[in-house]
Formats: sequence, C-alpha cells, structure tokens
Amino acid sequence: MEILRFIVTRAALGVLTLLAVSILLYLGTQLLPGDVASALLGQSATPEALAVLRAKLGLNTPAYLRYLHWLWGVVHGNLGSSLTTGTPIAGVLLPRLANTLFLAGYAAIIAVPLAVGLGILAAIREGGILDRLSSTLSLATISFPEFFVSYILIVVFASQLGWLPSLATVYGGMGFWNRIDATTLPAMTLTLVVVAHMLRMTRTSTLAVMSSPYVETAFLKGLSRTRVVLNHALPNALGPIIAVVALNLAYLVVGVVVVEVVFVYPGVGQLMVDAVSKRDLPTVQACGLVFAVAFIGLNTLADILAALANPRLRGSRGR
Amino acid sequence: MKIAGHRVPVTVYIGGFIVLVTLIVILFAPWVAPYPQTKIVGGVWDLPDAHDWLGTDSIGRDMLSRLIYGGRTSVTIALVATFFTMLIGVGLGFLAASTNKLVDSILSRIVDVLLAMPILIFALMVFAVLGTSIPIMIATISTLESTRVFRLARAVAMNITVLDYVQVARLRGEGVGWVIFREILPNALPPLIAEFGLRFCFTFLFIASLSFLGLGIQPPAADWGSMVHDNAQAISFGGFAPLFPAAAIALVTIGVNLIVDWLLSIHALPAGAGAEV
Repeated sequence: MEILRFIVTRAALGVLTLLAVSILLYLGTQLLPGDVASALLGQSATPEALAVLRAKLGLNTPAYLRYLHWLWGVVHGNLGSSLTTGTPIAGVLLPRLANTLFLAGYAAIIAVPLAVGLGILAAIREGGILDRLSSTLSLATISFPEFFVSYILIVVFASQLGWLPSLATVYGGMGFWNRIDATTLPAMTLTLVVVAHMLRMTRTSTLAVMSSPYVETAFLKGLSRTRVVLNHALPNALGPIIAVVALNLAYLVVGVVVVEVVFVYPGVGQLMVDAVSKRDLPTVQACGLVFAVAFIGLNTLADILAALANPRLRGSRGR
Repeated sequence: MKIAGHRVPVTVYIGGFIVLVTLIVILFAPWVAPYPQTKIVGGVWDLPDAHDWLGTDSIGRDMLSRLIYGGRTSVTIALVATFFTMLIGVGLGFLAASTNKLVDSILSRIVDVLLAMPILIFALMVFAVLGTSIPIMIATISTLESTRVFRLARAVAMNITVLDYVQVARLRGEGVGWVIFREILPNALPPLIAEFGLRFCFTFLFIASLSFLGLGIQPPAADWGSMVHDNAQAISFGGFAPLFPAAAIALVTIGVNLIVDWLLSIHALPAGAGAEV
C-alpha cells in the first residue's frame, strides 16, 4: 500500500505543479508593466485599437476569472482562437502535436536502447576505449548547439551523400515509410543530443551500485565482471536508469523546438516559435501548456517508475 | 604546474588557450579582422579561398571578419546575462539561507515552480508579450536562470550558516548584510566561480539558440546565432556558411567547459545543486 500512496502523492504533486505553471503561463503576463494589449500593440496604438484588443482578449474581466474561464475551456478541449488567423487553436495544434510526438518517439526508440546498452558496456569495461570515448562524446554534445549537429548531418547525409532529404516535409496521408525517411535526420540529431548524457548517467548509476559491499562479495565469489554487472548490479541500478531515461525524454521535448525549426518540420515547437514572432499570445499559451504537460508528466513518471523499481520502496508491502 | 595545490591537466590548458585566443581576437577585432564587418567583398556564399578564408555570407560580406565582430556581441551579451544571473541567484539564495524560515519557504516555492519548466518555454512566453530586444532578453534569461543558481547558492550557504563563526557573528549582533558579505560569501566563492562558468556555457548556448530561432539579437547587431540563422539557406546551395558560426559557438563552449570540468572536480558541488534544462 506504501507504493500506491507514493504514486498518488507524486501524481497529485505533478498536477499541482502543472496548475502552478499554467497560472504562471497565463497570468505571468499580469506581472509585467502595462497590460497585454498595450504591450502587443506598442507605443503608437490608438485608444480605439487598444479597446478592441482588450475586449478580444477579455482583459476587461478580472484576471482570476479569465484564468478560470481559460482553464475550463482547456479541460474541455477548447484552447481559444488564434489572434492572427482567428481559427480555433486546437484544430491547428493537434495534427502538429501528433507530428512532434512522432519525431520525439522515433528519436527515443533509437536513443534509449543505444544509450542504456552502451552505458552498461562502459560500466563493465570501466576506463576502456568505449568509456573514454563516451566521456569525450558527452563533452562534445553538451557543448554543441542542436543546430550545429543538424547542419553537420545535413551537409554529410543530404548535400554530400544525398541519402536523405535535408527538409523534413510531411503532409497528411503520407505513407509510414516516407514519413520515416523524411524524419530520419531530425531524429538522428535529437538522438545525438541526448544519447551521450543518458549514456554517462546510466554508467554512473551502474558504477554507484558497483561500489556496494554485496557486489564486492559477488566478485570475491569469483564471478566474472560481466556477470556481476548484469545479474547483481543492474537490477538495483535499474531504478536510477529509468529515471535518467524519463528525464532525458523530457529534455527531448525542449530540444525538439530548435530541431523542428532547422528541418522546417511542422510540429508544436515550430508553431510556437512562429506564434512568438507574430506575437499571437493565445497560440503561444496553448503551445506552452502542451510542453508543460509533456515535461511535467515525464518528470512525474520518472519519479514514480524509479520508486517502482526500487526494492526498498517495495519492501514494506505486506508479504 | 600547480594552481593552489591542484595539478592542472592538459585539457585545462587547451580550454584556457581557446578562451584566451577568443578574448584577444574579439577584443582587438578591428586589428585582427581582414575586412570591415559591413564591407561587401565578394558574391553570395562564395566558398572559402585564399582571399576570404571562410568564404562570404548571404550578402557577400567576409565570413571571417563577420565572425570576429559577431563574437563581440555573443560573448559580451552572454557575460552580462550570466553576471546578472549570478547576482540575482546568489543574492536571493544567500538571503534565503541567512534570514528566517518564512523568506526561505516563499522563495523556495517560487523557484520550485520555475524549475518545473524548461527556461525556453517561459522565455518564449515573455517574448510573445514584450517582443524581442537585447535588454528584455538579458532580463528574462537572468531572471529565469537565477532560479538554477538559487538552489546551489542556498545549499552552499546553508552549509556555512550552521558553522560556529557565523553563529558567533549573529550573537555579536551583526546584521544580515554582514553575515552575507563578510561571513558566507568568502567561503562560498570557489563553488560559485565554477557555477559562473557553467552558467556562462548555458547562457551562451541559450542566447545562440534564441538568435538562431530569430527571437534573440535582432539586426543590425550580429551575433553567431543570428549568423547561423541568416546563412542557413546556403546549405541548400551546397555551401557551408552556417557551419562556421555554429562551430565558433561550439568551440568557445568546449573551451569554457574544459576549465569548468576541472574546477568542478576540485570543488565538488553539494548534492542536488546541478539542476539542468
């Protein structure tokens, strides 16, 4: 029952955080000097134009009522209308969300097994070639901006070799394999961006368990290093590793913004950047909320999975 | 060679060399750059040759000269933003640790909410309302990023406030200002210097990304991120133009990271200090 209580508490905390963030996303604009309408229209706005925009944004009602009204709409799938096009945001956002999830999922399917596998190998042969290579690689990927990795891949695989398209053009009704072909380069970029960090953290979690007395006992029994790592250390390192994976998937959600812009991929990130440059506030808020749900959701999931995989939390369950 | 009793590995020399050369080049830009930054010297996206070492940009200006001048903007703005980040973060962190429980709880809860989201999303939100300009960008980044510094500064200061000499100062009747500046700060400096380096890397990359998205530094000022943005199309014509500013960003970040890694290895940070994203 202990574990169930933990899950409920942690999930409730996640929802609470999400609420706090949504208040900040929606009402954070209140803290800024002036009101949203005058900020959007600039210094030279006529009083009439200001009044129209204020009415359109509903700025004449109190802030907390506006927030509750917005939240009520969001819960019922109504994200409001775009300021620039006047169309409902949900209709534009949902297909793009599907695209973003497809890209992030594609990257995750490559990155997670690769990083966890190599991380464990690096831990088995601590100080070996793979281990040292991975530490150099992680310095590089921490220091390289996403667009640098993207352009290197584009120059190599699209311009020079001509194997893959340099723009990730996707459209409705596109075949699955065509879609895979179009999104391979952005997915590779995202993989490279997260893989090294995930690998290092997997290695560290495994090595942390390796220093405990029971692992030393396993060594003293005469077992091979491979066997000790896989059968003795790994089961206990699994909790932290799962947390690491979920945490990095959350990072992927943000990394996707820049990568989508590089490859002109029609996802939520690109929509948000477009909306920011057009100063289309309701669309930006909707996109921000989508990212918040994904980010906080994955972080909450990371905590819960880590607890599920940890025998110490399972131990107090009645046998 | 040793600095303060610690052996200096070769990676630190490499990092130091990169940082030093960058600083000298951008400081003496008018003497180092082969051409003025606005002079049109060739065609659009000429490939590198003996005349223009790194080729030309989207309107035929010398890429190398643009890089050297652009570095001034990139590095200066990142430094200013990092400075304010540290100022706000360390100030509030020390305040939370050295005043009463109420201040600490309020500050910590606010920071928790801001930590729950990637900086990029909040920053985009602010830019949508206020538009993009350099002062707004610096203010936004340093406010958002100071939440990351706050946790470290608070954790470090918490470890110091329980020490006897701080208690003695308090009993002597010294105010919060004395405790923060005379008792805590001198002892918290080493981890904070490493944190400054880390924050610089993050801010530098973050501003580059914003400029790349077209939301950071606006023309006519050029920085490396916006140079990538402006020259991105060259890739479709078989050029490499956006790779040069992107590589410059990566190189400087690697240089600083090599030094920071070493600093971190000497002064291990307290647990829970490294909250990224």
